[in-house]
Amino acid sequence: MIDLTVNGATARVDVDPATPLLYVLRDDLRLHAAKFGCGLGQCGACTVLVDDRPVFACLLPVGAVGARTVTTVEGLGSAAAPGDVQRAFLHEQAAQCGYCIPGMIARAEGLLRKTVTPTETELRSAMAPSLCRCGTHMRILRAVRRAAVMRGGGVVEPAEPVT
Amino acid sequence: MSGQASRRDILGGLLVAFALAPTAALAQTGGGEGSGGPPTVAPDLPGTLAKFPDLDAWIRIGADGRVTVFTGKVELGTGVKTAMAQLAADELDVAIGRVDLITADTALTPNEGVTAGSQTLEQSGTAIANAAACVRLLLAETAAARWGVAATTLFTRDGVVLDGQGRRASYAELAASTSLAVRARADVPRKPVAARRLIGRPVPRVDLPAKLTGLPSYVQDMRLPDMVHARVLRGPSSGTRLTPDLAALRRQPGVARVVEVGRFAAIVGPREWPLEQALRVANQGAWTRDAGVPALPPMPAGLLEMRRESSVIDTRRDASAAPGVRRLSARYDRPYLMHGAIGPSCAVALMAEGQLTVWTHSQGVEPLRTAIAELVAMPADRVRCVHREGAGCYGHNGADDVAGDAALIACAMPGVPVRLQWSREQEHGWEPLGPAMLAQIDATLDASGRIVDWRHQVWSNTHSTRPVAAGDLLAGVEVVPPFAPTPPKPIPQPNGGGDRNAIPLYRFANQSIVSHFLPDMPVRVSALRGLGAHLNIFALESAMDELAAAAGRDPVAFRLAHLDDPRAADVIRRAAARFGWSRYRPRPNRGRGIAFARYKNHGAYCAVALDVERIPDEGRLVVHRAVVAVDSGEAVNPDGIRNQVEGGVLQSLSWTAYESAGHDGARRTDYDWSGYPILRFADVPHSVVVEVIDRPGTPFLGTGECAQGPTAAALANALAAATGVRIRSMPLAGGLAAHS
Amino acid sequence: MSRPGIRRIVVIAVVLLGLCGIAFAAIAYRPAIARVTRPDPRQFDPALVARGANLARLGNCVSCHQAAGGRPYVGGYPIKTPFGTIYGSNITPDSATGIGSWSPAAFRRAMREGVGRDGSHLYPAFPYTHYAGVADGDVDALYAFLMTRPAVRAVPPANRMIPPLGFRPLLAGWKLLFFDPQPVVADPRQSAAWNRGRYIGETLAHCTACHSPRGLLQQEKRGDRAYDGGWSGGWYAPPINARSPAVRAWTVERLDAYFRTGLSTAHAAAAGPMGPVTYNLARAEPADVRAMATYYAWQMRAAPAARAEPRLPDRRALAGQRHPEGARLYDGACAVCHEPGAAMMVAGRPALPLGTPLHEANPRDTIQVILKGLKPPVAPRGPYMPAFADALDDRQVAEIVAYLQARHGTGPAWPDLETDVAAARKEGE
Ligand code: FES
Ligand code: FES
Repeated sequence: MIDLTVNGATARVDVDPATPLLYVLRDDLRLHAAKFGCGLGQCGACTVLVDDRPVFACLLPVGAVGARTVTTVEGLGSAAAPGDVQRAFLHEQAAQCGYCIPGMIARAEGLLRKTVTPTETELRSAMAPSLCRCGTHMRILRAVRRAAVMRGGGVVEPAEPVT
Repeated sequence: MSGQASRRDILGGLLVAFALAPTAALAQTGGGEGSGGPPTVAPDLPGTLAKFPDLDAWIRIGADGRVTVFTGKVELGTGVKTAMAQLAADELDVAIGRVDLITADTALTPNEGVTAGSQTLEQSGTAIANAAACVRLLLAETAAARWGVAATTLFTRDGVVLDGQGRRASYAELAASTSLAVRARADVPRKPVAARRLIGRPVPRVDLPAKLTGLPSYVQDMRLPDMVHARVLRGPSSGTRLTPDLAALRRQPGVARVVEVGRFAAIVGPREWPLEQALRVANQGAWTRDAGVPALPPMPAGLLEMRRESSVIDTRRDASAAPGVRRLSARYDRPYLMHGAIGPSCAVALMAEGQLTVWTHSQGVEPLRTAIAELVAMPADRVRCVHREGAGCYGHNGADDVAGDAALIACAMPGVPVRLQWSREQEHGWEPLGPAMLAQIDATLDASGRIVDWRHQVWSNTHSTRPVAAGDLLAGVEVVPPFAPTPPKPIPQPNGGGDRNAIPLYRFANQSIVSHFLPDMPVRVSALRGLGAHLNIFALESAMDELAAAAGRDPVAFRLAHLDDPRAADVIRRAAARFGWSRYRPRPNRGRGIAFARYKNHGAYCAVALDVERIPDEGRLVVHRAVVAVDSGEAVNPDGIRNQVEGGVLQSLSWTAYESAGHDGARRTDYDWSGYPILRFADVPHSVVVEVIDRPGTPFLGTGECAQGPTAAALANALAAATGVRIRSMPLAGGLAAHS
Repeated sequence: MSRPGIRRIVVIAVVLLGLCGIAFAAIAYRPAIARVTRPDPRQFDPALVARGANLARLGNCVSCHQAAGGRPYVGGYPIKTPFGTIYGSNITPDSATGIGSWSPAAFRRAMREGVGRDGSHLYPAFPYTHYAGVADGDVDALYAFLMTRPAVRAVPPANRMIPPLGFRPLLAGWKLLFFDPQPVVADPRQSAAWNRGRYIGETLAHCTACHSPRGLLQQEKRGDRAYDGGWSGGWYAPPINARSPAVRAWTVERLDAYFRTGLSTAHAAAAGPMGPVTYNLARAEPADVRAMATYYAWQMRAAPAARAEPRLPDRRALAGQRHPEGARLYDGACAVCHEPGAAMMVAGRPALPLGTPLHEANPRDTIQVILKGLKPPVAPRGPYMPAFADALDDRQVAEIVAYLQARHGTGPAWPDLETDVAAARKEGE
């Protein structure tokens, strides 16, 4: 038996502790926001927050979570009452197929918990571990910038990109 | 959206005001890619109404007043669900929140073939809009009969018919005594542009709140009671076969069952993770290259050596043209490309009470049903394919194959729902690739700098092996005896496959366009967004720039001088103006490039201008700005169009600059994102601006694929301007590195 | 002692100190070399520029003269030393912030003597101790190359040194102690490739800067201790001489492939600071890279693996018994890529025990790879591993490392792993 704190609630699951957290979230806890994309830590579709840090749930054995808290996109708001990052994504209509987006939201949340005034370069490198095949990147970046403003900060945009 | 619902806007008399003819959809033969659905029975009706003329095939109104709209097309992440809800809600005059949409389900929706070729709004959207207009009229006629007045004196507002004198009747009550099992009328006018509340507005996507908050939205998220998971056992990539140690797998913890049908094999169990581990045991088995797969010649030159069927698809002769004085002869090519969906293919299947149901993210539930029925030897009417969304697919990826796999497993275990998800490696290894292609352009300029002769040849495999029969599914050739794959054939113009957009929209005095269709497929290929348009437009629009330079003309002016389609000229001018083309200040290692196309020569017009820098010593490229102008005809949802075009630009930048799928002659070489890298945030442009030119009242022109070709050529043109080096082989970043 | 006596001693001491100071100042003092106007890039022979480009790649110059996400040669990369952080300078030909106003003589003096154009002493993080041996023609080629780069106006952040080390004349003392330039003399008994490889490796490529141990004042140990393994950016640079812990021989072939692609299929991918080295070598003249492979394969000719490649044990069960927690973590976090039958293994990526880290004298590289992961070293396509720093805590990383070493390692067990993980995290910040 493994005890987990997910989205503020405790959950008890009976699984092999080596099982990656992603399968536990999706199959046992029926939390579907985090997606399976590669299982290899290469795409970020499975990203969740563990103690405020974005991690690949596909490579985190559930037994390693321990006392740390897990936050999934379900924990940031609901369709009826979306959280601020979700509202920013909705405002920018930042999704095409949407498959990568929960991972993007989790990653954005992780960045904004660290700083609400990242530079554009920091923003892009914070999002870099996550892939989007639909090419929604520009909207995703806009959404995170908007969310930063909603949290009282903002992204410092250089006149010319240095990347 | 609630604001719209409460707004009091009376629309005026129903009949008198409109004398417009119904919107004419461009005549289509077949679906362009794959099956096009049943034959036309009502040629006077627009869109797919011509095939399914009865209104209740499209729209039903419940006792609660909710409107259910049926479409045979699917949501691929392009936002068509929202666009169709807009069309239905606006034409019916109900709040969009009252519309429920049922997408492709072989038991419920009209057979609209495959969702492909950017034809969804043109076909299904047109049908729904016109059907909705008819239904609104019928409801008003019911009220008119009830109140003893002429329908022309009535109004509608938000699901209610009113007479303006205080009498009102809701759609719900009127629907109870109105039969929608009637043929649509051809003469019912659409709402006038000025009266529209939803069409032409950036209505937020109806599906996003669920997707952005983690509600189950994808086939991957389906969890049926007592469902089991499955993994299929295959060699590393298409064209190989694996010999797994099935006995060892049966002993593997968490493997409840091994399903074997001929050479097809899968493992089944209650939990996913033990199956993933078992898959590693299976993968230690030996694999061999399938006999009979043609050898892969070195690319791209090998394409020229392959067996081919050539045809002239367009020719024009004008003997009076001025003589040519300068010639360009150049070859352009692209490698095999991957669809690379972020979510690997997945399906859920259940065999219960003699009925097989498959939930699938296939783009074509109807032809898939035919193929699966043949695969499992059941009558088609006992097989139901229901669309559930997957990750964006951009063409024919593993969706259909995984559905066939799941169906086969479900048939072996009746009563148990089976969910099968491919691994990342299987998706990379087995999805059909977008074909490698090569084009040769020979063009001549006259003394005044006009193109007087243009010859375009293109070499390509088929661009559609979408399943129409069991042999087109991976499982179909693994069962014993195997089914035969459908022989590949070219997709005819005006859509075209490998030759899509090979015919220029420009006016050249003499031209000859030749399509070399290559029937032998050393690598599994099929439809990838844009089909041949990506390479053909890359070639055509690169050559236009090379010729403009040879003629000493500005690329924008040179293009305009060869165009006589005003809408084409318009997108080029608008893109150039918004980009600041004439004010552009060249700097070392930095350049601008523009390119244009009308997708399929009858879809959306799109012009892309890019501002690109080469970082010396790194061979890296930076896209500073992308500016696009697009004319998709009537813009149902301008933000949806912008979203699609932004995505198309970025995806095409990724394809064109960075991607190529490798093959070592025995198997593919790329099994994950480290082997097949795609655009990451570090490399996306600084800004992308899309200007939508709305043309209300004109036909919808599909948008989804219009940016792929122009972006590719604009990038090559900008790099040539930045570096002085013309790169004609994709991926361009590879060529750039070689030159720095 | 009487007061006058004391006074006299004080006076003498002050005078002596003063004399020392003057003498030291005389040694430390280097005149500025007059500014020149930036040479016209077109004046340089393209062949000379191309030669310089190759040398700059062999010398891995951008590693220090390019910030993360920045442009080549603009500087700004933080070099962490025990004495503070030094930022790579701007060596583009911008006259105000780069080296645009440097004459060839000023450039040559900087390369050979570690003295800036203005006469200030340069920190030996700029490896002039090696560059002193670069041939005249090659210095000129580098000058031509740098002077033809795009000029970028950018000032790197100010160095942050522990006081009083920000006082540059002190560096003259360091030079007195440790700067003893020796020319690289060709060895007629060896092949031309070997000699070329030695020349590049010992001068421009400055391989010992990472792969040799350093003394208290950061001076490289030479002679016997050269190539005995050292430290770089929080990573351990293993010995590349007879003490190489590699379990597969570094043949010329394998080393050459490793340099050019960032991956040796008989070993592993280039990780940590070696990644950028291979990035640059991949872009250098293949013959020169091969020459370096020739020389360093020779350096490792007497290493154990060169004599006999050991059979690699897989003590899976035993390791699992000893480190059950590590085994579980490995199963959920690592096996998906590294276990037999994993797609990456089927695709031909080298097996985990082939890499050198598990066989090194200390666990640092194994820890760092887990914490930081691996970026494809030479191109967007290539070996990749995600970083686990945020996912796993120190104890968990230590468990995995202990398990891996018990399972595959060839040396004695590493003690105090958790402390090491904490240290690696800190140094890597
Ligand atoms: S699914 Fe975890 S990173 Fe791709
Ligand atoms: S929106 Fe489809 S993958 Fe990102």
